[in-house]
Amino acid sequence: MKKITSALLTSAVIASPLWADPVDDTLVLNEETTLVTRTAAPAHVSDVLDEVMSGWLFRGTETRAMQADDFDNPGMIFVEQAQEAWETAEGTEGKSCSSCHNDMDSMAGVKATYPKWNEAAGEVRTLQMQMNDCRENRMGAEAWGYDKAPAINMEAALASVSRGMPVNVAIDGPAQSTWEKGKELYYTRTGQLELSCANCHEDSYGMMIRADHLSQGQINGFPVYRLKNTKLNGSHSRFKGCVRDTRAETYSPGSPEFVALELYVASRGNGLSVEGPSVRN
Amino acid sequence: MAKGVKPRVKVPKSAEAGEAITIKTLISHKMESGQRKDDDGNAIPRSIINRFTCDFNGENVIDVTMEPAISTNPYFEFEALVPEAGEFKFTWYDDDGSVYEETKSIAIG
Repeated sequence: MKKITSALLTSAVIASPLWADPVDDTLVLNEETTLVTRTAAPAHVSDVLDEVMSGWLFRGTETRAMQADDFDNPGMIFVEQAQEAWETAEGTEGKSCSSCHNDMDSMAGVKATYPKWNEAAGEVRTLQMQMNDCRENRMGAEAWGYDKAPAINMEAALASVSRGMPVNVAIDGPAQSTWEKGKELYYTRTGQLELSCANCHEDSYGMMIRADHLSQGQINGFPVYRLKNTKLNGSHSRFKGCVRDTRAETYSPGSPEFVALELYVASRGNGLSVEGPSVRN
Repeated sequence: MAKGVKPRVKVPKSAEAGEAITIKTLISHKMESGQRKDDDGNAIPRSIINRFTCDFNGENVIDVTMEPAISTNPYFEFEALVPEAGEFKFTWYDDDGSVYEETKSIAIG
């Protein structure tokens, strides 16, 4: 009996540091805008999650504070660079983004609805795919590489003007088959470790995976400024990193698989505020 | 000449007389240490901001000597007493001789 008690005690002592729940905190941006970082799960994920939570709640005090002030948020430096690019004419047509879209503030709300079905192209498109459509067909400029600096900076700038608005991607109608494909990928175990997205981010969020605090894997904060590589990172690059960590061959950023996965993962965060560029470690 | 250098400063628009206010500054700069080598093995020449100063109405508030180990985009946060309305002047000195300046005025009340 004594042996059993001590064994129980030992397991309790070991188990407790494995749990590190998200903090109870409110994200107020620039002392003005209160962002929604936790809310009731949207209907299509309510059977597996009660509440959806931004990754912001799973990060440390200093990292959270850095995101709360635009001056302290290093991601905003890249946003400023993209705002210059917005005004810069490129390509054979001599047009800039602002030639058609005017001020960037006019794009408020756009990021919240992407990835989105494009009727003319007959496919679901991410914001970066849409930007490249503009560059190639309207500006006569070269397409930007997927998740490469100019593209990810522009995505962050477009996210920054939508901050505080709820993520609201459509999953029905023509987008549904892509969404289903993304859902299948989310639940498919990959690699030598045989892990799916759900194993960590649905079954185990709040726990520690060695030194990392597992979040729900929400992408409402993308593009993300990561302290570890001091630049903005796209959701596809993050997906690639995760799949690689399961010791699998990964898909490429911009591939149809990751476009579908982005749509599905974004839809799991419907209702959370757009946060990009957020700050994470 | 270093490219893409841009100073940024955050100062409150107003303060009480005699109040200590928090000032945040950041200058985007690559801060090349001079220790690194390029793909061909040649040393990349040092190119850093070597001095940063802040003055209030001509009186010095802070004067910092900066060294090569300081990271990209140097950030300084400090406090200053504001006895009267006036103007903060911030100056960054680059290795290449460039001087970057920024001013912010503050009111009392």
